[in-house]
Amino acid sequence: MLEKLTVSSTPHILSKNTTYKIMMHVVIALLPATLGALYFFRLQAAMIIFLSIATAVSAEWGIQKIRKQPTTINDMSAVVTGLLLGLNLSASVPWWIPVIGSAFAIIVVKQIFGGIGQNFMNPALAARIMLTISWTGRMTSWVSPGVDAVSTATPLSYVKGLNIIPEDAPRILDMFLGNIGGSLGETSALLLIIGGLFLVFKGVISYKIPLVFISTVAGFALLYGAFDLSFMLYHIFSGGLMIGAIFMATDYSSTPITMKGRIIFALGCGVITSLIRLYGAFPEGVGFSILLMNLSAPLIEKYTRPRVFGGGKQNA
Amino acid sequence: MKHLTFRGGIHPPYSKELTAHLETEKANDPSSVAIPISQHIGAPCNPIVKVGDRVLVGEKIGEASGFVSSPIHASVSGTVKAIKDVPSVMSGEVLSIIIESDGKNEIHPSVISNGEIETLSSKEIIEIIKEAGIVGMGGATFPTHVKLSPPPDKKINTFILNGAECEPYLTDDHRLMLEEPDDIVYGLRAMMKAINVEKAFIGIEDNKKDAIEAMIKATAEYDNIKVVTCETKYPQGSEKQLIYACVKKEVPSGKLPMDVGVVVNNVGTAAQVAKTIKTGMPLIERITTISGSAVKTPRNLLLKIGVPIKEVIEQCGGYIDDVGKIIMGGPMMGLAQHTDEVVITKGSSGIVVLNTKEAKAQQESQCIRCGTCVEQCPSFIEPLHISLYSRYNAMDLAEEYSAVDCIECGTCSFGCPAKIPLLQAIRVAKQHIIAKRRKQN
Repeated sequence: MLEKLTVSSTPHILSKNTTYKIMMHVVIALLPATLGALYFFRLQAAMIIFLSIATAVSAEWGIQKIRKQPTTINDMSAVVTGLLLGLNLSASVPWWIPVIGSAFAIIVVKQIFGGIGQNFMNPALAARIMLTISWTGRMTSWVSPGVDAVSTATPLSYVKGLNIIPEDAPRILDMFLGNIGGSLGETSALLLIIGGLFLVFKGVISYKIPLVFISTVAGFALLYGAFDLSFMLYHIFSGGLMIGAIFMATDYSSTPITMKGRIIFALGCGVITSLIRLYGAFPEGVGFSILLMNLSAPLIEKYTRPRVFGGGKQNA
Repeated sequence: MKHLTFRGGIHPPYSKELTAHLETEKANDPSSVAIPISQHIGAPCNPIVKVGDRVLVGEKIGEASGFVSSPIHASVSGTVKAIKDVPSVMSGEVLSIIIESDGKNEIHPSVISNGEIETLSSKEIIEIIKEAGIVGMGGATFPTHVKLSPPPDKKINTFILNGAECEPYLTDDHRLMLEEPDDIVYGLRAMMKAINVEKAFIGIEDNKKDAIEAMIKATAEYDNIKVVTCETKYPQGSEKQLIYACVKKEVPSGKLPMDVGVVVNNVGTAAQVAKTIKTGMPLIERITTISGSAVKTPRNLLLKIGVPIKEVIEQCGGYIDDVGKIIMGGPMMGLAQHTDEVVITKGSSGIVVLNTKEAKAQQESQCIRCGTCVEQCPSFIEPLHISLYSRYNAMDLAEEYSAVDCIECGTCSFGCPAKIPLLQAIRVAKQHIIAKRRKQN
């Protein structure tokens, strides 16, 4: 009966949390926004999201096969990347955009740098930026929700260069619900917030990161708009701020490991986003801000190393 | 009221309900015992009996070989059959004195009451504790008389009694606090007198409400002894974390509790001190929790030192299921055994037997940098970095990241979603660094 006693290092019990569970929670958290995208943009959304996920998973499987590595598609992280990228695309993009984007995200940004946990940028976001730079026209032609998608502008382009909301701009309530132009998953602040609350509740992310990011943008908008509350709301419910703050600035691999570092990271994202939106050449700055802060993450991490219990440096 | 605690930590499944309600029972008398010469931190003791000698209960059979050492005593009366190596709970083998019991449990004449706290001087109390072979009974097994003899430049002002019992499964301290609260307080007062401190805390996790009540009642007449309710959180019973919870002081890195004027002892140790003073009986038995999914009837047993755990488990109905792992101590910090021929020692707070399913090693995957280990580490170090440096043999970097401040509680490995054996790697680095420093000095 005692032939096979396991002798191993402590501890002898482990938590039930796994990488798969974390990734599944992110997928579940993105479901409201995904369903919203399907409702607002119909079949086109289904096609883009499907291609994006399918390409991400097959790219991961393929590159690991080629490099003779054990496959990690079962941990669901490729699905998360594919889904996030899909939700970041306009409903009007042709079929090859999500395919190229997902393949780039997985092969170049994620796997070449060592796979899960090693990518220094958020793969989905890096792919979105790459696509935007390469096919600017196709990536920035937005359509309004509905069956007969007509081309439209995003809410942020209405207020570019202004510190008030113009007459013809979308209503804030429509922006909150998602009844506006924009990429598939970023239009409805409400659905993204529901997903975010789920992640906080499940302990996958800390509420502090999105809160600091969004509050910073809100603060800048308040100052810029001379304390016009609706101008501030307009800014926080528009563009990629919600999806960026909740799902991208909270990415584990490309943000600092310490909570202090993550808060500085979020603050930096908020500042850069605001500067680009209010003073830069582009209407939107969430994507660039997160990527720029991704690059600063190792530095922030280095300078936010926790103080060891019982004093500072140990070289006594 | 918000309960006192520390920063970091985890909430593992406690599994204490298996034995928490079960009264401590006296185990069957063993037919023979094997008493190891090293059951404590410090130098092993020297056997002072020969094969063939007749020994009595409480008779000293091994003499301490230095200041940081501890004597051992016969736990049964009978004949010394052999002095030989037997499997040790600490890994490898250890020289042990094998005594065949004559079943009479005849008590040695040296076992007589030492009097009362009031009539004993502090020196006498320390001497009694030393001679009785009392060591930290929470599992650390550091000789108690050494803890009570700080260098003269260290002024001790606070005594903390550890009744946190944060290890899952274990309920021996819990039962002791319910069943012998007065002994615990008596032993505490003796140790306070020994080291001349006025103030004491007894730290207990709030999942042991009845024990807290019992201890409050037992300390009612002593204004200087305060029962502290701590949050139920692992590793609350870790010395440094308990000190922080009670007096809000951090023991400086690389230093000892005495450097912040505190001495910590386990409630089990205190109860043993009381027994030794009152009856003169040295440390020859202790309460052990026998629990886990692969034990038929989990119990709290009063066991003689030197009983093979195989016999102990038989008294608990034997094994059920496929036995995957036998742990001496709790599942977070206890040691996995390769055989059930090891014996109960002074530090055996528990025997936890897990089935093969629970014992199965989990597949490790790549770190996803979720930050859980950093967030939960009670030492505020960064386990993911240190373990990586350790595995790539970058020990100077591991040292720079304060690997030696690790208290080896296992919180990081427990919480890791990628199932990385973080602590195992950190321990390698820690040993490497300590060995290097020793060489330099």
